[in-house]
Amino acid sequence: MTEPVLRVQDLAVYFSSRTGSLFRREQRVLRAVDGISFDLNPGETLGIVGESGSGKSTLARAILGLLSPNRGRVLWMGEDLTRLEAEPMRQKRKELQIVFQDPVASLNPRMTAGTIIAEPLWTFYPQMESLQVEERTRGMMKMVGLLPNQINRYPHEFSGGQCQRIGIARSLVLNPKLLICDEPVSALDVSIQAQIINLLRDLQKKLGLALIFVAHDLSIVRHISDRVMVMYMGRSMEVAEKTALYRRPLHPYSRALMKSVLIPDPVRAREVKQEVWLKGDMPSPFSPPRGCIFHSRCPYQVPRCQADVPALRRMENGNWVACHRAEELDLSI
Amino acid sequence: MFLLEVKNLQVSFATPEGEVHAVNGIDFAVSAGETLAIVGESGSGKSQLVMAIMGLLAQNGRASGQALFKGEDLLQKTPRELNKVRGSQIAMIFQDPMTSLNPYLTVEQQMTEVVMYHQKLGRREALEHAVEMLRAVRIPDAEERIHQYPHEYSGGMRQRVMIAMSLLCEPDLLIADEPTTALDVTVQAQITNLIGELRKKTRMAMILITHDLAVVAGISDRILVMYAGQMVESGTVEDIFYRAHHPYTRGLLASVPRLDRDASDDLQTIPGNPPNLLALPGGCCFRDRCAQAQEICSQPPPMWRDERGHRSRCVLEMPDGRVENDPAGEAGSAAEESAP
Repeated sequence: MTEPVLRVQDLAVYFSSRTGSLFRREQRVLRAVDGISFDLNPGETLGIVGESGSGKSTLARAILGLLSPNRGRVLWMGEDLTRLEAEPMRQKRKELQIVFQDPVASLNPRMTAGTIIAEPLWTFYPQMESLQVEERTRGMMKMVGLLPNQINRYPHEFSGGQCQRIGIARSLVLNPKLLICDEPVSALDVSIQAQIINLLRDLQKKLGLALIFVAHDLSIVRHISDRVMVMYMGRSMEVAEKTALYRRPLHPYSRALMKSVLIPDPVRAREVKQEVWLKGDMPSPFSPPRGCIFHSRCPYQVPRCQADVPALRRMENGNWVACHRAEELDLSI
Repeated sequence: MFLLEVKNLQVSFATPEGEVHAVNGIDFAVSAGETLAIVGESGSGKSQLVMAIMGLLAQNGRASGQALFKGEDLLQKTPRELNKVRGSQIAMIFQDPMTSLNPYLTVEQQMTEVVMYHQKLGRREALEHAVEMLRAVRIPDAEERIHQYPHEYSGGMRQRVMIAMSLLCEPDLLIADEPTTALDVTVQAQITNLIGELRKKTRMAMILITHDLAVVAGISDRILVMYAGQMVESGTVEDIFYRAHHPYTRGLLASVPRLDRDASDDLQTIPGNPPNLLALPGGCCFRDRCAQAQEICSQPPPMWRDERGHRSRCVLEMPDGRVENDPAGEAGSAAEESAP
């Protein structure tokens, strides 16, 4: 059996905010990520899905050490990243890279595409010959589907999809072993989303990358993931192998997310609509519900859900779920 | 008579690099109670089209053609005259609910202002009316929440406020520019349902603008597909979803990831990028990205039309369609376009 490249164990990130008046300070704690654990195998893709505010981006940043966690460990090839000093961590970033959501905002408008892609090389290999840097940059551009003769153009001369290709080229130029994509396609048109998803999948196969793909949309994640983790208010609700999840989700929240995906077919869309799969909004993260964190919006809740916090437990089919009623409910799609 | 009839609308922007042709001769019509979806990628001109109709183009923008609202040409109106129409008879919802609400004012202040200006209501009546509208879009505890600021609302709730605000004066036409794009899938479904209900309950006409065909499948009557500032296909929802003719429309449909089908691993894509509006290629503007492009595509493609009004601008033959006289789709064709 292969060793996982990444093991995240009981990771937690809390933010605190001060409120109240000048004289009566109150400190409120927001548990953005609260005890997340998972393993990632070499060459595997894990999709992380949840609504805004579920903590998925915070989790991604904490894994990369862009935020310091309050608890837990991030084991990269057996080494705990949360305990590394600044310089060794900086060196580790060669292996761990990220692609951000907004392709235009994450590129410096005053740098050319070539400079943007080559910058990590200059930072980590200052002694590298400029000819070699240029060759590598052109190679990267070709690999992500850009024309090498666009090397001197500025971000505003590219479309959104092309900007995201630049972002991907930049993150891959150092030959990382893990790539985290934080909503890489949600700012793009549907037709362009598909291009980027296919590109990421091809690159992953070619380069043998381990990939974490963060999204709010289960339909996109399906095309790229091997396993999917569903997050809600900082906790993991379900971690499941792709086919099983999409056929028969075990957690009511996973099902609600799936049922919310709009169907591009007028007749079926009119039939399916009307039903509300998820009541209301996410509760305030400063005062999360007691017991199961999802119970306030769950159509299947029983009294027990308000009292006990369900643990994430392993089911017969090998998938993990945090729901008291996972065995009795049939949530087949 | 149509509520809104747009004839040969053109929009261009003067930029240092030259003239950008954002909209190149669009015709369409919307009847009372009808929902029209305008679908296209970024840069297809779909937003600038409605901005031109509303008189909201940027300083360097220029619109020509006609936009007849109840028989009067909106493009000829002065800003003062337009102010009487905008907000009261035509309302608009924008993509990002956070940036379209004023963060310094409570929701109450922003909502009552509209009715006090247009309907000359007093403060108390205006407040009552506003609360009623918030209830209509299902904001819980509307009487209390109306006194809160936009940042105290979640994204979905803010978009509900925007919708409530647009309904205050009971407009005849609601224009929604990507109303669900900035929202989570779960909220997206809620807002689409809400718009669908409004469509059934009121006789309000709607124009929905989106890049995602899935959003409009259940809630529109007709669809107009735009590419590079031109209409490439238009027809009933069924025409577009089940009998799509133009390769671009079919590409758009195929690229939507679907959960209701067993997906093969590869997503269908439309290769390439939208064309540069500074230098549009002659002939069919989609030919660089089209898998079925032929030599003849460098000529302006014919406009097909069948008896139900399904139209498509492509050299490929449309089954039981006939070629319209004017290949460029000039004015005059809009009149018969929509079903009664």
